[in-house]
Amino acid sequence: MEWIQQLVNGISLGSIYALIALGYTMVYGIIKLINFAHGDVFMLGAFIGFFAIARWEMNVFLALILAMALCAIIGVIIERVAYKRLRNATRIAALITAIGVSLLIEYTVIFFRGASPAAYPTVFETSNFEILGVKISTQSILILSVSIFLMVLLQFIVHKTKIGKAMRAVSHDADAAKLMGINVDNTISATFAIGSALAGAAGVIFGIYYTRIDPLMGVLPGIKAFIAAVLGGIGIIPGAMVGGLVLGVVETIVSALGYSLWRDAAAFVILILILIIRPSGIFGKNAREKV
Amino acid sequence: MLKVNDIDVYYGNIQALKGISLEVNEGEIVTLIGANGAGKSTLLKTISGLLKPKRGSIEYLGSAIDGKAAQSIVKAGISHVPEGRRVFANMTVEENLELGAYLRNDRDGIKKDMAHVYELFPRLLERRKQLSGTLSGGEQQMVAMGRALMAKPKLIIMDEPSMGLAPLMVKNIFNIIEMVNKEGTTVLLVEQNANMALSVAHRAYVLETGKIVLSGTAKELQESDEVRAAYLGGL
Repeated sequence: MEWIQQLVNGISLGSIYALIALGYTMVYGIIKLINFAHGDVFMLGAFIGFFAIARWEMNVFLALILAMALCAIIGVIIERVAYKRLRNATRIAALITAIGVSLLIEYTVIFFRGASPAAYPTVFETSNFEILGVKISTQSILILSVSIFLMVLLQFIVHKTKIGKAMRAVSHDADAAKLMGINVDNTISATFAIGSALAGAAGVIFGIYYTRIDPLMGVLPGIKAFIAAVLGGIGIIPGAMVGGLVLGVVETIVSALGYSLWRDAAAFVILILILIIRPSGIFGKNAREKV
Repeated sequence: MLKVNDIDVYYGNIQALKGISLEVNEGEIVTLIGANGAGKSTLLKTISGLLKPKRGSIEYLGSAIDGKAAQSIVKAGISHVPEGRRVFANMTVEENLELGAYLRNDRDGIKKDMAHVYELFPRLLERRKQLSGTLSGGEQQMVAMGRALMAKPKLIIMDEPSMGLAPLMVKNIFNIIEMVNKEGTTVLLVEQNANMALSVAHRAYVLETGKIVLSGTAKELQESDEVRAAYLGGL
């Protein structure tokens, strides 16, 4: 029974990774950029949620929505200011810029509020309930249901709405999309907005679950979410979801086996293995670079 | 309807088009023939706004469109069927057609036009839920043409619709080009298959290394010795 409990914990953690990984994978899909500032948008989301709940005494769900909205705007600003002008530059230039943006966000936050961690306010009485002898916390359920809801919503947006179809068209062939009358710049902005909103949501959920947030909290989850995206096949949306969940479960199992100090290493071992065995990821086709 | 005035287009430092001028009148099928690398695709891409001319102007229905964004050119009524079809392979046939109508909001009109596209290409109706990447080349060409028609264009420009297709399919595609034209859409057609192109076109231009070297009615060009020697396979 303890194993099922661990599995539930792993899925909760994994769904946070999955939410962040979605932003990585969507942005990569559309402009072939690994947006290393994405983990910092996650951090900003956590802080926005923190201020909303602790200072402005907002309801958790309103705080979640506020964090998502502001992160969406931040994501669009990052793209317009930093990445847009590099669209025809080499990939390595864009990548270095992304790392620069990441450091800029981290140290701007530290500049204004210091590097000390903050404790997230308790928003729910943590109660556990038992199903068939498995103890499950209400928080795990909350995290899981919010994540699942957001992922379903994303699938709906990507497959059923006009902007979602435009996003898929641009990521497949930007010039052909232009010939359909699709505004490529706006579509890229929308992608950043949606990806960043999901990261913002992940930030708030992370804060509620782990209660401790700080300005550098985005670094490790950001890298792990990137690993999750690569694991699932970068650029593939369902891949990011599955990759996140797998990574979360593996980490929890490693901890449960008594190797909790090796937890972070597990993610990197997975990255190395996937790069050796199947670089295109679980869902990736063995696609060659288009010439 | 469309007037290209003396345009120069460059890729970086390489000049691809040198002082090209051409004209397409309403209701016509005009074809542009020429060898690989003559600049045919470059000209079409410039008309549809993917490339910008360094010099010269492009006028469409009386207003300048050179240098405008591709989406406003689509909105003005020019649809481009690109070389190599460029269908959205990871989407279904129907989704491809819907994207063709991306700028339109008249649901009923879109529905009607989609029904019309399926009438023109019954094969697409059978395959509407299939991913377009899984279709044959000819079927993909149909998707690309149907997609362009979904924008309800006044002028449709087509880049080598016969490329890589079986002879029967080529015939089929050219029949539909004529049909679309008879329904009132003006056509600018780029082709390497000069025989086919001249047989459906009203007028034609011959492009060689970035310059127009010959122009006239399709009939004149079919009979011209130079064209027959260079493009129609001998005298």
